[in-house]
Amino acid sequence: MMARHLAQRVGQALLVLAATFTLAFLLLQALPGDAVLIKFLELGLTPDQLAEIRLAYGADAPLWRQYLHTAGGFLTGNFGTSIRAGVPVAQLLAENLPATLLLAALAFAAASLLALLLAGLATLGGQSWLRGLVRSVPSLFVAVPVFWLGIMLIQLFSFQLGWISIISPEPWEELALPVATIAVPISAPLAQVLIRNIDAVLAEPFVAVARAKGASHAWVLRWHVARNALLPTLTMAGVLFGELLGGAVVTEAVFGLNGLGGLTQQAVANQDVAVLQAIVVVSAAAFVLINLAVDLLYPVLDPRLARGRRAA
Amino acid sequence: MTAPLLEVEDLAIRYDDRRVVQDVAFRIAPGEVLALVGESGSGKTTTAMAVLGLLPPNGRIERGAVRLAGTDIAGWPERRLAALRGARMSLVPQDPVTSLNPVRTVGAQVAEVLRIHGERDERRIRARVIELLERVGLEPAALRASQYPHELSGGMRQRVLIAIAVALRPALIVADEPTSALDVTVQRRILDLLDELRRQDGTAVLLVTHDLGVAADRADRIVVLRDGRIQEAGPVRQVLGAPRSAYARQLLRDAPSLSTHRHRPASAGGDIAVRVHGLVQDFPGRDGVPFRAVDGVGFELRQGTTHALVGESGSGKTTTARCVAGFLRPTAGEVTVCGTDVAALRGEALRQFRRQVQLVYQNPYASLDPRQTVARSVEEPLLNFEPVPAAERRHRVEAMAERVGLPRDLLARQPRALSGGQRQRVAIARALILQPRVLVLDEAVSALDVTVQAQILALLEELQQSLGLSYLFVSHDLAVVRQIADTVTVMRAGRVEEAGPVEPVFHAPRSDYARELIDAIPGRTAPQILESVP
Amino acid sequence: MSGAALPLRAGLPRLRPGLWLACAVLALVFAWAVAPSLFTARSPVEGIPGAQLLPPSWAHPLGTDGLGRDQLARVVYGARESLAGAFVAVAVGLLLGTGLGVLAGARGGWVDAAVMRLVDTLLAIPALLLSLSIIILLGFGSIKAAVAVGIVAVAQFARLSRAEVLRVRASDYVEAAFGSGGRFAAVLWRHVLPNSLTSVLALAALQFGSAILALSTLGFLGYGAPPPTPEWGLLIAEGRDFLARAWWLTASPGLVVVLVVLSAERIGRGIGGPSP
Repeated sequence: MMARHLAQRVGQALLVLAATFTLAFLLLQALPGDAVLIKFLELGLTPDQLAEIRLAYGADAPLWRQYLHTAGGFLTGNFGTSIRAGVPVAQLLAENLPATLLLAALAFAAASLLALLLAGLATLGGQSWLRGLVRSVPSLFVAVPVFWLGIMLIQLFSFQLGWISIISPEPWEELALPVATIAVPISAPLAQVLIRNIDAVLAEPFVAVARAKGASHAWVLRWHVARNALLPTLTMAGVLFGELLGGAVVTEAVFGLNGLGGLTQQAVANQDVAVLQAIVVVSAAAFVLINLAVDLLYPVLDPRLARGRRAA
Repeated sequence: MTAPLLEVEDLAIRYDDRRVVQDVAFRIAPGEVLALVGESGSGKTTTAMAVLGLLPPNGRIERGAVRLAGTDIAGWPERRLAALRGARMSLVPQDPVTSLNPVRTVGAQVAEVLRIHGERDERRIRARVIELLERVGLEPAALRASQYPHELSGGMRQRVLIAIAVALRPALIVADEPTSALDVTVQRRILDLLDELRRQDGTAVLLVTHDLGVAADRADRIVVLRDGRIQEAGPVRQVLGAPRSAYARQLLRDAPSLSTHRHRPASAGGDIAVRVHGLVQDFPGRDGVPFRAVDGVGFELRQGTTHALVGESGSGKTTTARCVAGFLRPTAGEVTVCGTDVAALRGEALRQFRRQVQLVYQNPYASLDPRQTVARSVEEPLLNFEPVPAAERRHRVEAMAERVGLPRDLLARQPRALSGGQRQRVAIARALILQPRVLVLDEAVSALDVTVQAQILALLEELQQSLGLSYLFVSHDLAVVRQIADTVTVMRAGRVEEAGPVEPVFHAPRSDYARELIDAIPGRTAPQILESVP
Repeated sequence: MSGAALPLRAGLPRLRPGLWLACAVLALVFAWAVAPSLFTARSPVEGIPGAQLLPPSWAHPLGTDGLGRDQLARVVYGARESLAGAFVAVAVGLLLGTGLGVLAGARGGWVDAAVMRLVDTLLAIPALLLSLSIIILLGFGSIKAAVAVGIVAVAQFARLSRAEVLRVRASDYVEAAFGSGGRFAAVLWRHVLPNSLTSVLALAALQFGSAILALSTLGFLGYGAPPPTPEWGLLIAEGRDFLARAWWLTASPGLVVVLVVLSAERIGRGIGGPSP
């Protein structure tokens, strides 16, 4: 029973992954004239040289062969060669990924803390005017352009207050503002969902029953609200990952940091499709894997799903 | 009277700027059962929750006293009240399905009340939880304790909640509609259990209910509320036997479980309007094993009469009715309506067949398009068949509205601006505008308050008389069926348990199940009470 | 069962000043876009020699930029670029997405399965990367960026409208409409579409705000309108070079974006769709 569900779910994930690869291939490799041409025409190469290069990049082969060739490459970890840098894309990814992952991980941690803080104040805080005020904060956070927030933070903390040096920053100084920049917009949807969940759980009859048992407010939160309100936020993990990555790309551009963001920007600017295709497929793969993990983990954490399936 | 355990005095409660309860006063002696009876919006639940200090955040006690064993706790801070709750007074809530935390085991939730009130010894807690679960009849208790709420039936979950309520032997239990979400046989067993436990422990009960029959069976005294005010109060015998207020008299008259009169004598009827034979309905089940919801059901409905399909949840009564109305294609068997074989109908023929049979749903709020006005809803069926000029349509809609007792000024409104009874009148008007011959009424009065229910039943009766309609009446409520049906089929788990004219089935049921079902109708003690009144 | 269970707040008509304020903000910005010359007499592209990087004053309420152009004029004229782009984006997302979603929800079967796998695929690629990929395909430019942002939104519109259609289709009143002899097309037209499109409309308002954000991001990164077009994202990018000397050049277009997006979000919530 469990095995069949697992197989089904993994199959679905693979299907989406294959479709994503195909879409990326169609968008980037198949449809636009071809990038090689654009790039090397600018360099003033002769048609003979061009033909040679095209042959080397496999751009002359029929579409289906290019597709199979690229797909085969992705499956074996060969993401092609960057036209601009002339090095394997896999190498570029390996060089740039760690910095971005660190940034994203720190930002995610900060966003989670901020969201918990906001949700706590909005649902449990003392005064009702304070709760109302805090409830409007996530909408504001969502409305702020990431890049602008980054610039404003630099303006405030580096130029006005002088707290964070921009000339020769310490490692923590280099990361503090980018992390805050990404974390603020990411925290907003998390906080909104948390607030909604906590409100919903507090209105559940089982909370009234707990209070009728004599439970204090803190007891109700610890034993009844926490798990029921936090559990559904797991399903947001995939979407949040996508936003984290997008936020990191923009933020790295604002702060001039090296990473996936810088790589992406260069790839777009230079029409370096192999690089962009690899970034798209790898991040989609991460999205699919995260969602798969959440789907498989959820029944372990929620007894309703776990036992329900066993009973059926 | 001994010193009262609970004494409510001059109570007034507000939600935001609206006063919902006022001038409410009553006393409960130790070990006594007091029923708070009323329709929706009467303030009965609010009053009960105020006793426990569990009003919603926008509610507050404006005036009055709630004295528990002589101490006024109405103004107590949350912390002091929390110490009383669970220990001195406890709650049995309305809906057992949502009243248990879905992600914690049953045992943990019973243990919780012990822990909150200071028990720390894990072994003692464990032993006490098992003992409590056994006491409420949940066996094997060790297994039940390790299960999650969704693994138990509604009745079993209510037993868990009762175990929690009696765990610390409180002096007062507030039971808020404790069985209104349960099937009638389960309801009876749960109320019996509650009765037994409170007798053993000498606990007083404040029983909140909309069902006068339940109050009659279980309470010592009754307080009738309406719009937040007391209409009538006194011992059960007095309230049922010699009600002083007009409202209490009306409630008594309208409560199906207490009234023994029929709307009209049973009629033999004319030709066969609906004939169902050997009906089987499968639904795709999990893992490819089909689930058989209806299994070999058959009955006949004669023109101008009412046939009732009665059963508890999962009996297949609604599925059967939906086959008759042409919404489900039977897996096997035949359904003939006015001479047409419904199972064979497809496409346009099925569409034309709709003029013969109309379905009225349990919840008119869900069956009326929220964006359409009443006039538009009633008119719509006319647009689906041969064209009727607009003026003629308007005329027929107005005539139909009048026919079902809808004031004309409601025609321009949307369903959300109507009361429950008005909405059901709209649904009936909409069903009748095509002049069908058969009306399938799927729990059509179950969601209504008793006084409104009585009005709708009277309307249905009158329409049947004047239009010669045939009704297939689906209901879980045997008391209503006894009042209005001519013939009845009692169903259980997709099969027919008993069938025949109403009188013999109700007075001398042959099957055990039908007898159990009929015995479980609340209010069965009422006739004795009424006879004993001089 | 009785009064306690009813959410009383829902019944009271609430004064909603926030909603009116949001409408006013959007109305003003629309007016900027339609008739910018009514709001500023200065040119958004012609600089005044010798008047570079002036701080805010009566003559230049938002100061001047590095080429001596009036910043207020650039922000006001920028509304046209940003709003037109957002309209295109929402139109693309709404038409394609809702079309696909309604089709999937109404037809079901393999059509539904195919559409939903497409939606899954679109959602699997992070929004920014997907729009960048489409921009590589289409090339740089403000309309092209808008189309890219719109295609990213297709998945959300499709998912919501499909869910709404399924919800409404499963409702008693749709069954009752068939039960009273309604034909498929009539029921779809009278009941399913009107009842499912309210929340789609709300999503459109929310997406309008998101589109303005996404477009300003693309503009900031340099993939949208080319200079000297006044586009809000581009203004922020240009102002960034003078951050230490003239912070108001970045602050002002950014604040306008924040206000517009907040207003769109508020109106979307007012329409009563899904919370974001």
